[in-house]
Amino acid sequence: MSDVMEFEGNKDNISTKAYLEEAVSQPEISSLASVASHHSAPGSQPLGTGLEARGVHAWFGKHHALADVNLDFPAGTVTALIGPSGCGKSTFLRTLNRMHEFIPGAAMAGEVLLDGKDIYEPGTDVTKIRLKVGMVFQKPNPFPSMTIAENVLAGLKLAQLKAVNKDDLLEECLHRAGLWNEVKDRLKAHGGSLSGGQQQRLCIARALAVKPEVLLMDEPCSALDPGSTLKIEETVRQLIESVIVVIVTHNMQQAARVSDYTGFFLSDGGPGQLIETAPTSEIFSRPKDPRTEAYVTGRFG
Amino acid sequence: MSTPTSAPLQSEIPPAREIILTRRFSDRVFRGVVTAGGFVSLVVLGLIALFLASRSIDIFKTFGFHFITGFKWDSGDPDNGIAPVLGIGAMLIGTIVTAVVGLVIALPVSVGMALFLEYYMPIRLKKSLTMVIDLMAAIPSVIFGLWGFFVLMPHAIYWAKLLHKYFGWIPFLDVQAPIFERSPFIAGLVLSIMIIPIVTSISREVFSQVPLDRIQAAYALGATRWTMIKAVVLPFGSSGIAGGAMLGLGRAMGETVAVYLVLNLYFQPNFQVLFSAGGSVASMIVTKFGEAGQLELQGLMAAGLVLFIVTLIINFLSNMIVKRTSRTGN
Repeated sequence: MSDVMEFEGNKDNISTKAYLEEAVSQPEISSLASVASHHSAPGSQPLGTGLEARGVHAWFGKHHALADVNLDFPAGTVTALIGPSGCGKSTFLRTLNRMHEFIPGAAMAGEVLLDGKDIYEPGTDVTKIRLKVGMVFQKPNPFPSMTIAENVLAGLKLAQLKAVNKDDLLEECLHRAGLWNEVKDRLKAHGGSLSGGQQQRLCIARALAVKPEVLLMDEPCSALDPGSTLKIEETVRQLIESVIVVIVTHNMQQAARVSDYTGFFLSDGGPGQLIETAPTSEIFSRPKDPRTEAYVTGRFG
Repeated sequence: MSTPTSAPLQSEIPPAREIILTRRFSDRVFRGVVTAGGFVSLVVLGLIALFLASRSIDIFKTFGFHFITGFKWDSGDPDNGIAPVLGIGAMLIGTIVTAVVGLVIALPVSVGMALFLEYYMPIRLKKSLTMVIDLMAAIPSVIFGLWGFFVLMPHAIYWAKLLHKYFGWIPFLDVQAPIFERSPFIAGLVLSIMIIPIVTSISREVFSQVPLDRIQAAYALGATRWTMIKAVVLPFGSSGIAGGAMLGLGRAMGETVAVYLVLNLYFQPNFQVLFSAGGSVASMIVTKFGEAGQLELQGLMAAGLVLFIVTLIINFLSNMIVKRTSRTGN
């Protein structure tokens, strides 16, 4: 426990030191053309080497919520994290883009490697990490004071990025989120005027606009109807050409439909642990661990 | 007649029942007490308005609308045949000028302080600093007035001279004569310190209600704290800030003793905030009250009524603005 990282208990306290050291540099999205080509010809441009969790532990105050999670997220894949409530899968997800530290008393140990570099290394610019590792939340949370277009491009303003052509970026992101046809005639309408499912896809478009390498999705469909859920799943399948997707879900059919790999988390009273991880088809057909089998066959959880 | 015919529709629908709620005794007692409490404040407010109106009715009969728009205050001299002329126009304008100066200074300070308290300050220190700021509101206004006169004014005169020297080309920062003592600017400074607590505490309250999921959405998009505040907190809190500002304005307009000590009352409208001439209805009432004759006393009551109504309107507006926040907040 010697290398536990402690965070101050302010709701927005990005580890103060890292915050102070953060350089006010303004990265630029150099060319949309590169993104476009990358999009149309998957594999023509190498993706990052991916995301790896090494021995990740998490605490909330004294409560040990997550123990020793080792998990790889290879490029071009969707990984689903399943498990009963309170097993630490959402907590794990939030350690992957340093959103974990917003919770007062939160601490973690271990390493999260993005393209081989530990994102918790002192001196790391946390805002850049969150640009590379985007997140979609359980409840759709578009900015209500902004229009649909402003919502999609909000990340550019928030992270002080410059885009060469905002209109192209807007259209591209809405296309990729599967929302373009539904909103192209009312881009100036407010984000709150959309349905729940549309709002969630708006949030996906918003996350994509800053060109993340990884997209974390925390039960993105739990507040949505089946039709919207299906649309989001289709969107996720199309995203893997350019981003690594990690999706937490309570819905095992969803995990089966959408993911290439599945990790099963479980807490037996103590901290949550990663019980088993395997290609999704194996997890659902011949799990190695009897607890996984019990869960995926619906005997508990 | 063997087949049963359906009865006319009217008879099938029973009349709506009257729902009678029988309240238990203790509930009735409590209701009575609470309702009485609610009414007392209304009744007191109404009686004050009634009292002022009854005392000042003659003034409005005599001077009409001119009482509000006129710039002259002369109790007259019956022996020499000089008719009295009473008008509080200059004082009313002065009240607004001084209060606006106070607000312009207080608003950025308050919003900055509220942001600091809510988003930058370590949580452990937040409570104590909040308490200190609230404590500022508890300091008697005469203390602020004395401090303003003896401590602040010598410095403020220097600041006023600087402002005049470099920004004198802006009409309201010009002066007709280099007299900087007891100006609306200095009164506004003192007022700003008096209304900072109220504006700060309302802004902070609104900022603390910003939905966490929006804050997190911003951070998850790579926002720095400041860009997050610009994109999420300020749009959410804007009408709350406006409401707080209006309440502060109301307080500033009603402030009496502090302004009396640091403002030179002058019965001509003056928009040069650095110049030693200003107006304040409340302070004027205090100044004139001691040696007022019959008619003048009625005039002061009427001035009180006008101030009362203006303040009431401002409070009403601020309530409306704050209410709008809580609706758009969802």
